[in-house]
Amino acid sequence: MDHLLNVTTGLSIVLIVMVLVSVRRAHIRVEYSVSWLIAASAMLVLSRARPVLDAVRRLIDLPDTPLTLFLLGGGVLLIMFFRFSVVISHLRDDNIALAQRVAILEYHLRSFRNREKQEA
Amino acid sequence: MIPAANPDSLLVIVPAFNEQDAIAGVVRSVLQHVPGVPVLVIDDCSADDTIPTARQAGAEVLALPHHLGLGGCVQAGYKLAYELGFEYVIRVDGDGQHDPRDIPRIFEKLKSSGCEMVIGSRFVAENGSRTGAVRSLGIRFFRLVLRPILGKAVHDPTSGFVGVNRRALGVFSRSFPLDYPEIEALVVLQRRRFRFEEVPCTMLPRTTGRSSITAFKSLYYIFHVLMGVFVNVLKFDSRLHRRPPGSGAGG
Repeated sequence: MDHLLNVTTGLSIVLIVMVLVSVRRAHIRVEYSVSWLIAASAMLVLSRARPVLDAVRRLIDLPDTPLTLFLLGGGVLLIMFFRFSVVISHLRDDNIALAQRVAILEYHLRSFRNREKQEA
Repeated sequence: MIPAANPDSLLVIVPAFNEQDAIAGVVRSVLQHVPGVPVLVIDDCSADDTIPTARQAGAEVLALPHHLGLGGCVQAGYKLAYELGFEYVIRVDGDGQHDPRDIPRIFEKLKSSGCEMVIGSRFVAENGSRTGAVRSLGIRFFRLVLRPILGKAVHDPTSGFVGVNRRALGVFSRSFPLDYPEIEALVVLQRRRFRFEEVPCTMLPRTTGRSSITAFKSLYYIFHVLMGVFVNVLKFDSRLHRRPPGSGAGG
Protein backbone atom coordinates (compact mmCIF):
# COMPACT_ATOMS: atom_id res chain seq x y z
CA MET A 1 0.00 0.00 0.00
CA ASP A 2 2.77 2.44 0.97
CA HIS A 3 4.58 1.60 -2.24
CA LEU A 4 1.44 2.40 -4.29
CA LEU A 5 1.04 5.71 -2.47
CA ASN A 6 4.71 6.55 -3.05
CA VAL A 7 4.39 5.78 -6.76
CA THR A 8 1.27 7.98 -6.94
CA THR A 9 3.14 10.77 -5.16
CA GLY A 10 6.03 10.46 -7.60
CA LEU A 11 3.72 10.46 -10.63
CA SER A 12 1.83 13.48 -9.30
CA ILE A 13 5.08 15.43 -8.78
CA VAL A 14 6.32 14.47 -12.28
CA LEU A 15 2.98 15.59 -13.76
CA ILE A 16 3.07 18.93 -11.93
CA VAL A 17 6.66 19.58 -13.07
CA MET A 18 5.83 18.57 -16.67
CA VAL A 19 2.82 20.89 -16.76
CA LEU A 20 4.75 23.82 -15.28
CA VAL A 21 7.65 23.34 -17.70
CA SER A 22 5.20 23.08 -20.63
CA VAL A 23 3.43 26.27 -19.56
CA ARG A 24 6.78 28.05 -19.24
CA ARG A 25 7.74 26.93 -22.77
CA ALA A 26 4.30 27.94 -24.05
CA HIS A 27 3.47 24.37 -25.14
CA ILE A 28 0.27 24.49 -23.07
CA ARG A 29 -1.84 27.58 -22.58
CA VAL A 30 -2.31 28.58 -18.94
CA GLU A 31 -6.09 28.02 -19.04
CA TYR A 32 -5.62 24.39 -20.10
CA SER A 33 -2.87 23.73 -17.54
CA VAL A 34 -5.09 24.59 -14.58
CA SER A 35 -7.14 21.37 -14.83
CA TRP A 36 -3.99 19.23 -14.91
CA LEU A 37 -2.42 21.10 -11.99
CA ILE A 38 -5.57 20.75 -9.87
CA ALA A 39 -5.86 17.03 -10.72
CA ALA A 40 -2.16 16.35 -10.01
CA SER A 41 -2.26 18.35 -6.77
CA ALA A 42 -5.37 16.46 -5.62
CA MET A 43 -3.66 13.12 -6.29
CA LEU A 44 -0.54 14.37 -4.47
CA VAL A 45 -2.54 15.38 -1.40
CA LEU A 46 -4.52 12.12 -1.34
CA SER A 47 -1.39 10.01 -1.69
CA ARG A 48 0.35 11.85 1.20
CA ALA A 49 -2.64 12.22 3.53
CA ARG A 50 -3.65 8.66 4.34
CA PRO A 51 -6.46 9.67 6.77
CA VAL A 52 -8.09 11.75 4.02
CA LEU A 53 -7.90 8.82 1.60
CA ASP A 54 -9.41 6.51 4.25
CA ALA A 55 -12.19 9.02 4.87
CA VAL A 56 -12.95 9.11 1.15
CA ARG A 57 -12.93 5.29 1.04
CA ARG A 58 -15.45 5.11 3.90
CA LEU A 59 -17.55 7.86 2.31
CA ILE A 60 -18.00 5.99 -0.96
CA ASP A 61 -18.10 2.64 0.81
CA LEU A 62 -15.26 0.87 -1.00
CA PRO A 63 -13.54 -2.26 0.39
CA ASP A 64 -9.93 -1.05 0.24
CA THR A 65 -7.77 2.06 -0.07
CA PRO A 66 -5.74 1.22 -3.24
CA LEU A 67 -8.99 0.70 -5.15
CA THR A 68 -10.21 4.07 -3.90
CA LEU A 69 -7.05 5.78 -5.14
CA PHE A 70 -7.31 3.96 -8.48
CA LEU A 71 -10.96 4.92 -8.95
CA LEU A 72 -10.33 8.54 -7.97
CA GLY A 73 -7.42 8.77 -10.42
CA GLY A 74 -9.47 7.15 -13.18
CA GLY A 75 -12.44 9.40 -12.44
CA VAL A 76 -10.30 12.52 -12.58
CA LEU A 77 -8.82 11.41 -15.94
CA LEU A 78 -12.28 10.72 -17.39
CA ILE A 79 -13.48 14.18 -16.36
CA MET A 80 -10.36 15.74 -17.88
CA PHE A 81 -10.83 13.85 -21.16
CA PHE A 82 -14.46 14.92 -21.28
CA ARG A 83 -13.50 18.54 -20.63
CA PHE A 84 -10.92 18.44 -23.41
CA SER A 85 -13.40 16.78 -25.79
CA VAL A 86 -15.71 19.75 -25.20
CA VAL A 87 -12.84 22.17 -25.81
CA ILE A 88 -11.73 20.32 -28.97
CA SER A 89 -15.32 20.28 -30.30
CA HIS A 90 -15.60 24.05 -29.86
CA LEU A 91 -12.21 24.57 -31.48
CA ARG A 92 -13.19 22.35 -34.44
CA ASP A 93 -16.43 24.28 -34.98
CA ASP A 94 -14.54 27.58 -34.82
CA ASN A 95 -11.87 26.24 -37.14
CA ILE A 96 -14.43 25.11 -39.75
CA ALA A 97 -16.24 28.44 -39.61
CA LEU A 98 -12.95 30.31 -40.01
CA ALA A 99 -11.79 28.13 -42.91
CA GLN A 100 -15.14 28.69 -44.68
CA ARG A 101 -14.91 32.44 -44.07
CA VAL A 102 -11.33 32.57 -45.40
CA ALA A 103 -12.40 30.66 -48.54
CA ILE A 104 -15.38 32.98 -49.11
CA LEU A 105 -13.27 36.12 -48.60
CA GLU A 106 -10.61 34.77 -50.99
CA TYR A 107 -13.36 34.09 -53.50
CA HIS A 108 -14.64 37.68 -53.21
CA LEU A 109 -11.08 39.04 -53.47
CA ARG A 110 -10.41 37.01 -56.60
CA SER A 111 -13.72 38.15 -58.14
CA PHE A 112 -12.89 41.76 -57.27
CA ARG A 113 -9.42 41.50 -58.88
CA ASN A 114 -10.86 39.89 -62.01
CA ARG A 115 -13.43 42.67 -62.28
CA GLU A 116 -10.68 45.29 -61.89
CA LYS A 117 -8.65 43.58 -64.63
CA GLN A 118 -11.64 43.55 -66.97
CA GLU A 119 -12.37 47.22 -66.32
CA ALA A 120 -8.71 48.28 -66.75
CA MET B 1 -17.25 35.47 -61.44
CA ILE B 2 -20.76 34.34 -60.48
CA PRO B 3 -23.34 36.83 -61.79
CA ALA B 4 -25.60 38.74 -59.43
CA ALA B 5 -28.56 36.71 -58.33
CA ASN B 6 -32.03 37.42 -59.73
CA PRO B 7 -35.50 36.13 -58.74
CA ASP B 8 -35.60 32.36 -59.30
CA SER B 9 -31.81 32.35 -59.54
CA LEU B 10 -30.23 28.93 -59.36
CA LEU B 11 -26.68 27.99 -58.41
CA VAL B 12 -25.32 24.47 -58.89
CA ILE B 13 -22.70 23.56 -56.30
CA VAL B 14 -20.29 20.67 -56.70
CA PRO B 15 -18.33 19.58 -53.63
CA ALA B 16 -15.10 17.96 -54.76
CA PHE B 17 -12.06 16.35 -53.20
CA ASN B 18 -9.33 14.96 -55.45
CA GLU B 19 -11.68 14.69 -58.43
CA GLN B 20 -9.37 15.94 -61.19
CA ASP B 21 -10.36 13.08 -63.50
CA ALA B 22 -14.13 13.51 -63.12
CA ILE B 23 -14.70 17.18 -62.35
CA ALA B 24 -14.34 18.56 -65.89
CA GLY B 25 -16.95 16.13 -67.21
CA VAL B 26 -19.35 16.98 -64.38
CA VAL B 27 -18.98 20.75 -64.89
CA ARG B 28 -19.34 20.55 -68.68
CA SER B 29 -22.36 18.28 -68.38
CA VAL B 30 -24.06 20.66 -65.92
CA LEU B 31 -23.34 23.66 -68.16
CA GLN B 32 -24.70 21.72 -71.15
CA HIS B 33 -27.95 20.64 -69.50
CA VAL B 34 -28.70 23.83 -67.57
CA PRO B 35 -27.14 26.53 -69.75
CA GLY B 36 -26.72 29.92 -68.16
CA VAL B 37 -26.71 28.56 -64.63
CA PRO B 38 -23.46 29.24 -62.74
CA VAL B 39 -21.55 26.25 -61.40
CA LEU B 40 -19.56 26.56 -58.19
CA VAL B 41 -17.05 23.82 -57.41
CA ILE B 42 -16.15 23.76 -53.72
CA ASP B 43 -12.71 22.26 -53.50
CA ASP B 44 -12.05 20.56 -50.15
CA CYS B 45 -8.29 21.18 -50.33
CA SER B 46 -7.56 18.62 -53.03
CA ALA B 47 -3.98 17.49 -53.50
CA ASP B 48 -4.43 17.10 -57.27
CA ASP B 49 -5.42 19.46 -60.08
CA THR B 50 -9.13 19.65 -59.28
CA ILE B 51 -9.10 23.46 -59.04
CA PRO B 52 -7.47 24.34 -62.40
CA THR B 53 -9.40 21.55 -64.14
CA ALA B 54 -12.71 22.86 -62.80
CA ARG B 55 -11.85 26.44 -63.80
CA GLN B 56 -10.85 25.36 -67.30
CA ALA B 57 -14.17 23.53 -67.65
CA GLY B 58 -16.05 26.74 -66.90
CA ALA B 59 -16.79 26.57 -63.16
CA GLU B 60 -16.16 29.08 -60.43
CA VAL B 61 -14.13 27.61 -57.58
CA LEU B 62 -14.44 28.15 -53.86
CA ALA B 63 -11.14 26.79 -52.54
CA LEU B 64 -11.12 25.74 -48.89
CA PRO B 65 -7.79 26.35 -47.11
CA HIS B 66 -7.80 22.91 -45.50
CA HIS B 67 -9.79 19.69 -45.65
CA LEU B 68 -13.16 20.06 -43.85
CA GLY B 69 -15.00 16.93 -44.90
CA LEU B 70 -18.21 16.77 -46.92
CA GLY B 71 -20.49 18.69 -44.55
CA GLY B 72 -18.11 21.61 -44.04
CA CYS B 73 -17.43 21.70 -47.77
CA VAL B 74 -21.12 21.77 -48.76
CA GLN B 75 -21.93 24.32 -46.05
CA ALA B 76 -19.24 26.66 -47.41
CA GLY B 77 -21.07 26.58 -50.75
CA TYR B 78 -24.42 27.22 -49.05
CA LYS B 79 -22.94 30.17 -47.17
CA LEU B 80 -21.57 31.77 -50.33
CA ALA B 81 -24.81 31.15 -52.23
CA TYR B 82 -26.81 32.72 -49.41
CA GLU B 83 -24.53 35.75 -49.29
CA LEU B 84 -24.75 36.19 -53.06
CA GLY B 85 -28.55 36.16 -52.82
CA PHE B 86 -29.40 32.97 -54.69
CA GLU B 87 -32.95 31.64 -54.34
CA TYR B 88 -32.18 28.01 -55.14
CA VAL B 89 -29.14 25.79 -54.86
CA ILE B 90 -28.77 22.28 -56.25
CA ARG B 91 -25.91 20.09 -55.11
CA VAL B 92 -24.31 17.67 -57.54
CA ASP B 93 -21.48 15.38 -56.44
CA GLY B 94 -18.10 15.82 -58.08
CA ASP B 95 -17.53 12.14 -58.85
CA GLY B 96 -19.96 12.05 -61.77
CA GLN B 97 -22.57 9.82 -60.13
CA HIS B 98 -25.38 12.36 -60.41
CA ASP B 99 -26.86 12.87 -63.85
CA PRO B 100 -27.10 16.62 -64.60
CA ARG B 101 -30.05 15.89 -66.94
CA ASP B 102 -32.11 15.54 -63.74
CA ILE B 103 -31.28 19.07 -62.53
CA PRO B 104 -34.13 20.81 -64.45
CA ARG B 105 -36.63 18.36 -62.90
CA ILE B 106 -35.37 19.06 -59.37
CA PHE B 107 -35.41 22.81 -60.06
CA GLU B 108 -38.96 22.73 -61.39
CA LYS B 109 -40.11 20.74 -58.38
CA LEU B 110 -38.43 23.23 -56.02
CA LYS B 111 -40.23 26.14 -57.70
CA SER B 112 -43.62 24.50 -58.20
CA SER B 113 -43.99 22.72 -54.86
CA GLY B 114 -42.70 25.51 -52.64
CA CYS B 115 -41.09 22.94 -50.38
CA GLU B 116 -37.73 23.68 -48.88
CA MET B 117 -35.83 20.64 -50.14
CA VAL B 118 -36.11 18.35 -53.13
CA ILE B 119 -34.18 15.09 -53.12
CA GLY B 120 -33.11 13.34 -56.28
CA SER B 121 -34.06 9.79 -55.41
CA ARG B 122 -32.93 6.48 -56.89
CA PHE B 123 -35.89 4.61 -55.48
CA VAL B 124 -39.03 6.71 -56.08
CA ALA B 125 -39.38 5.04 -59.45
CA GLU B 126 -37.56 1.94 -60.64
CA ASN B 127 -34.76 3.34 -62.77
CA GLY B 128 -32.13 0.65 -62.70
CA SER B 129 -29.90 2.33 -60.12
CA ARG B 130 -28.02 -0.18 -58.01
CA THR B 131 -26.31 0.14 -54.65
CA GLY B 132 -24.01 -2.19 -52.71
CA ALA B 133 -25.46 -4.69 -50.22
CA VAL B 134 -24.28 -2.91 -47.06
CA ARG B 135 -25.33 0.50 -48.31
CA SER B 136 -28.69 -0.87 -49.38
CA LEU B 137 -29.16 -2.32 -45.89
CA GLY B 138 -28.24 1.05 -44.37
CA ILE B 139 -30.73 2.86 -46.58
CA ARG B 140 -33.52 0.45 -45.58
CA PHE B 141 -32.60 0.87 -41.92
CA PHE B 142 -32.69 4.65 -42.08
CA ARG B 143 -35.99 4.59 -43.98
CA LEU B 144 -37.47 2.78 -41.00
CA VAL B 145 -35.85 5.11 -38.45
CA LEU B 146 -36.80 8.31 -40.28
CA ARG B 147 -40.41 7.36 -41.11
CA PRO B 148 -41.83 8.26 -37.66
CA ILE B 149 -39.49 11.21 -37.18
CA LEU B 150 -40.24 12.86 -40.52
CA GLY B 151 -43.90 11.88 -40.56
CA LYS B 152 -43.63 10.64 -44.13
CA ALA B 153 -41.64 8.09 -46.06
CA VAL B 154 -38.30 9.03 -47.56
CA HIS B 155 -37.13 6.61 -50.23
CA ASP B 156 -33.52 7.71 -50.61
CA PRO B 157 -32.34 9.36 -47.39
CA THR B 158 -28.63 9.10 -48.26
CA SER B 159 -28.89 10.84 -51.63
CA GLY B 160 -26.56 13.82 -51.99
CA PHE B 161 -28.41 15.01 -55.10
CA VAL B 162 -30.52 17.67 -53.39
CA GLY B 163 -31.94 21.06 -54.15
CA VAL B 164 -32.84 23.64 -51.51
CA ASN B 165 -34.61 26.96 -51.57
CA ARG B 166 -33.55 30.16 -49.82
CA ARG B 167 -35.31 29.35 -46.54
CA ALA B 168 -33.40 26.09 -46.20
CA LEU B 169 -30.27 27.85 -47.44
CA GLY B 170 -30.56 30.31 -44.57
CA VAL B 171 -30.84 27.48 -42.05
CA PHE B 172 -28.01 25.43 -43.57
CA SER B 173 -25.67 28.38 -43.87
CA ARG B 174 -25.96 28.79 -40.09
CA SER B 175 -26.11 25.15 -39.06
CA PHE B 176 -25.29 22.09 -41.12
CA PRO B 177 -24.25 18.58 -40.08
CA LEU B 178 -20.56 18.14 -40.72
CA ASP B 179 -19.58 14.53 -41.24
CA TYR B 180 -22.41 12.65 -42.98
CA PRO B 181 -24.85 15.44 -43.65
CA GLU B 182 -27.67 14.05 -45.82
CA ILE B 183 -29.81 12.26 -43.23
CA GLU B 184 -29.23 14.71 -40.39
CA ALA B 185 -30.06 17.60 -42.72
CA LEU B 186 -33.49 16.04 -43.29
CA VAL B 187 -34.12 15.93 -39.54
CA VAL B 188 -32.93 19.54 -39.11
CA LEU B 189 -35.41 20.67 -41.78
CA GLN B 190 -38.29 18.61 -40.44
CA ARG B 191 -37.81 19.95 -36.90
CA ARG B 192 -38.28 23.44 -38.35
CA ARG B 193 -41.54 22.33 -40.00
CA PHE B 194 -39.92 22.56 -43.44
CA ARG B 195 -41.07 20.19 -46.16
CA PHE B 196 -39.27 17.99 -48.65
CA GLU B 197 -40.21 16.12 -51.80
CA GLU B 198 -38.47 13.44 -53.81
CA VAL B 199 -38.17 13.24 -57.57
CA PRO B 200 -36.92 10.18 -59.44
CA CYS B 201 -33.33 10.48 -60.60
CA THR B 202 -30.71 8.31 -62.18
CA MET B 203 -27.45 7.57 -60.41
CA LEU B 204 -24.58 6.77 -62.74
CA PRO B 205 -21.65 4.51 -61.90
CA ARG B 206 -18.54 6.39 -60.74
CA THR B 207 -16.58 7.60 -63.74
CA THR B 208 -13.25 7.51 -61.89
CA GLY B 209 -11.75 6.34 -58.59
CA ARG B 210 -13.34 4.16 -55.93
CA SER B 211 -15.77 4.88 -53.15
CA SER B 212 -14.02 5.44 -49.82
CA ILE B 213 -16.91 3.77 -47.97
CA THR B 214 -15.92 0.29 -46.78
CA ALA B 215 -18.12 -2.18 -44.87
CA PHE B 216 -16.54 -1.07 -41.57
CA LYS B 217 -17.06 2.58 -42.44
CA SER B 218 -20.67 1.79 -43.30
CA LEU B 219 -21.23 0.44 -39.78
CA TYR B 220 -19.53 3.49 -38.28
CA TYR B 221 -21.67 5.65 -40.58
CA ILE B 222 -24.87 4.03 -39.31
CA PHE B 223 -23.89 4.55 -35.67
CA HIS B 224 -22.67 8.12 -36.25
CA VAL B 225 -25.75 9.19 -38.19
CA LEU B 226 -28.09 7.52 -35.73
CA MET B 227 -26.49 9.53 -32.93
CA GLY B 228 -26.78 12.70 -35.00
CA VAL B 229 -30.46 12.04 -35.75
CA PHE B 230 -31.39 11.54 -32.11
CA VAL B 231 -29.29 14.49 -30.93
CA ASN B 232 -31.11 16.71 -33.42
CA VAL B 233 -34.51 15.35 -32.40
CA LEU B 234 -33.77 15.97 -28.70
CA LYS B 235 -32.21 19.39 -29.35
CA PHE B 236 -35.12 20.72 -31.36
CA ASP B 237 -37.76 19.15 -29.13
CA SER B 238 -36.26 20.81 -26.05
CA ARG B 239 -36.25 24.16 -27.91
CA LEU B 240 -39.90 23.71 -28.81
CA HIS B 241 -40.73 23.01 -25.18
CA ARG B 242 -38.87 26.14 -24.07
CA ARG B 243 -40.53 28.39 -26.66
CA PRO B 244 -43.51 30.39 -25.35
CA PRO B 245 -46.87 29.38 -26.82
CA GLY B 246 -47.95 31.09 -30.04
CA SER B 247 -44.43 32.08 -31.09
CA GLY B 248 -44.36 29.73 -34.13
CA ALA B 249 -42.06 26.89 -35.06
CA GLY B 250 -39.64 28.57 -37.46
CA GLY B 251 -36.20 29.82 -36.66
